[in-house]
Amino acid sequence: MANITTNPESAGGSLTARALREGFYAGIVSLGLFVLFVGLETTQNIRNELVLRQRWGLLLTFVLVAAVGRFLTVAYVRPWVAARKAAAVARVRDESAPDSFFKRNFNAIAIVALILYPILAMLIFGVQGSLKWVDNFGIQILIYVMLAWGLNIVVGLAGLLDLGYVAFYAVGAYSYALLSQHFGFSFWVLLPLAGILAAFWGMILGFPVLRLKGDYLAIVTLAFGEIIRLVLINWTEVTRGTFGISSIPKASVFGIWSFDVGAANNFAKVFGLPMSSAYYKVFLFYLILALALLTAYVTIRLRRMPVGRAWEALREDEIACRSLGINTVTTKLTAFSIGAMFGGFAGSFFAVRQGFVSPESFVFLESAIILSIVVLGGMGSLVGIAVAAAVMVGGTELLREMQFLKQIFGPDFTPELYRMLIFGLAMVIVMVWKPRGFVGSREPTAFLKERKAVSGSFTKEGHG
Amino acid sequence: MAPETNTATDTMTNDPILKVEHLSMRFGGLMAINDLSFEAQRGEITALIGPNGAGKTTVFNCVTGFYKPTMGMISMRQASGKTFLLERMPDFEITRDAKVARTFQNIRLFTGLTVLENLLVAQHNTLMKASGYTILGLLGLPAYKNASAASIELAKHWLEKAHLIERADDPAGDLPYGAQRRLEIARAMCTGPEFLCLDEPAAGLNPRESLALNELLTGIRRDTGTSILLIEHDMSVVMEISDHVVVLEYGQKISDGTPDHVKNDPKVIAAYLGVEDEEVEEVIEEIEEIEEGGKH
Repeated sequence: MANITTNPESAGGSLTARALREGFYAGIVSLGLFVLFVGLETTQNIRNELVLRQRWGLLLTFVLVAAVGRFLTVAYVRPWVAARKAAAVARVRDESAPDSFFKRNFNAIAIVALILYPILAMLIFGVQGSLKWVDNFGIQILIYVMLAWGLNIVVGLAGLLDLGYVAFYAVGAYSYALLSQHFGFSFWVLLPLAGILAAFWGMILGFPVLRLKGDYLAIVTLAFGEIIRLVLINWTEVTRGTFGISSIPKASVFGIWSFDVGAANNFAKVFGLPMSSAYYKVFLFYLILALALLTAYVTIRLRRMPVGRAWEALREDEIACRSLGINTVTTKLTAFSIGAMFGGFAGSFFAVRQGFVSPESFVFLESAIILSIVVLGGMGSLVGIAVAAAVMVGGTELLREMQFLKQIFGPDFTPELYRMLIFGLAMVIVMVWKPRGFVGSREPTAFLKERKAVSGSFTKEGHG
Repeated sequence: MAPETNTATDTMTNDPILKVEHLSMRFGGLMAINDLSFEAQRGEITALIGPNGAGKTTVFNCVTGFYKPTMGMISMRQASGKTFLLERMPDFEITRDAKVARTFQNIRLFTGLTVLENLLVAQHNTLMKASGYTILGLLGLPAYKNASAASIELAKHWLEKAHLIERADDPAGDLPYGAQRRLEIARAMCTGPEFLCLDEPAAGLNPRESLALNELLTGIRRDTGTSILLIEHDMSVVMEISDHVVVLEYGQKISDGTPDHVKNDPKVIAAYLGVEDEEVEEVIEEIEEIEEGGKH
């Protein structure tokens, strides 16, 4: 009995003692290891003689890091991890605890935050200062959110691996650029038209690849993406090749207020505001937010429709689908064309935002980034994908801001150059930590008693 | 719809729902089915049995359109009198238009969807029509809402029949094996079939589960009048519930008739056991006689 009661204290005491001991050993081992590698350095002096330089200070740093690190790991980190694990087990048992307010209303809070975002950015950074935050972060991320939500229909729901999604983005962008220049149609006419054209191209891609599965499908869609890009480069009479199409007209607020500087109904003039391009960016922010939310809304509605269920069933088992009388050909085609349609919407928005399109913007890397956002977010999960887009696109943008890193790594360090490296590293880490993406579980589309999320271990990724 | 008193032994009403005539299926040099003809009567349970590799599943795949037969004709006559030539139709139309549903030997459920969703996917074509091919449904018209509620009611009906109502909101992949088998049958029934093809529904079931399966199948026949064609190795199921048995060996029909008839058919016994016990005794007697003859 006595033994048991005194156990915790003795354990605590022995833990510190053990940590001290192990830290000491780690220090000795690192001293032995580094004394010749770090403590002594051979260099050449000015007369080209080999000299031995002693670096005891650096060696001391190494030894201390090893010793203190070991001590902290044993004494604090390990017990903390063990406690967390125990707490997690306890939490699983106590499932009756309701979700927090934040967790329950996450979607509503996120949408309200997004609507307030440009206003807050203007208030905090001023009209001109908000440009960077609204444009580089807000619009850029939302474009990718929308693209990834569009691709999610094809990859996440229907399970068809599409590596050429950027082709539809390009079709949408060029539809807007060319039609607005040649025929002078406004954005609001061309937005649906660009979507329809992209959907049409989705069908054209869909027909030949319907018989293909898995890797073969991926290769053909990849080729399709490249074909579109090469056509854009080489069909110079129409697309002006690599020069691209510039001075694409701006969008207006349903034709009521314009953002052209010379126009009589210029937004800033009408409201007596100082001239700034920030208002246009804020307008674009709300535009892409509305388009992205439309994508989400349609996706959510479609999932509850027979066609959406058929997509998911197709991802799970195509043969079973056929045995239930589902026409897999039309089902795949609808997935391709609806996914492509949203790509087309996003493309025409891209053209209007940049005012310039060139084939440079539609390289394979774009397809890869969109696909990796879908996979990282968790295939089929809208919230997960939005978070993944924010992390991936926002994260890489944020790396441009990391000027303080120069103080650590020296003035030659340019964090921009490491963006892609960190991007890749982050992806590897996330995939190890959450192999099914941020949100691996699946929301059922119908339920009798309670809506239980389906664990990711049951869902399939699709195979063609 | 089902003729209630139609027990297997007394009457053959001769109203075939499925007629297979001179069916042959060749895979390269292998003749998987060779000139097979049989009929399945309306409202009956027809069993297709035979040793491993006899071509039973190939027959199934031909009937349900997953294989295109090399030769022969498969005609399906619905209760309304409409006749379909199944060998000419793509697989999904066979289920959609000819109303032939099937299950698989290795269960093919949508494991990531819930049990209820599995049954809703099976009602795809009905719901598709009700939703005006998605367009009207997207606008939220009441026609689709009603159809959607009706589809859930139908799913509930079959969940109760299959004793799965408690697990309706669980993922299908989470069910135990026997329940997955029942769910697959319930899912096939949700397509509203007139003819149900079951590929080894009792494979891997314990005796209690296969008893429950018997009940489910006879219940289906009794309540909906659906005719059933099943492949089965479990003789307790075959002999218990089927009205009519067709025996295959090496792609050919070796026996056709009531369970009792088939049970006592020497060809069937030979196919399954080589030779029958009594024959073995006869052979032994013969050998002994010869040996005695040699002594004399």
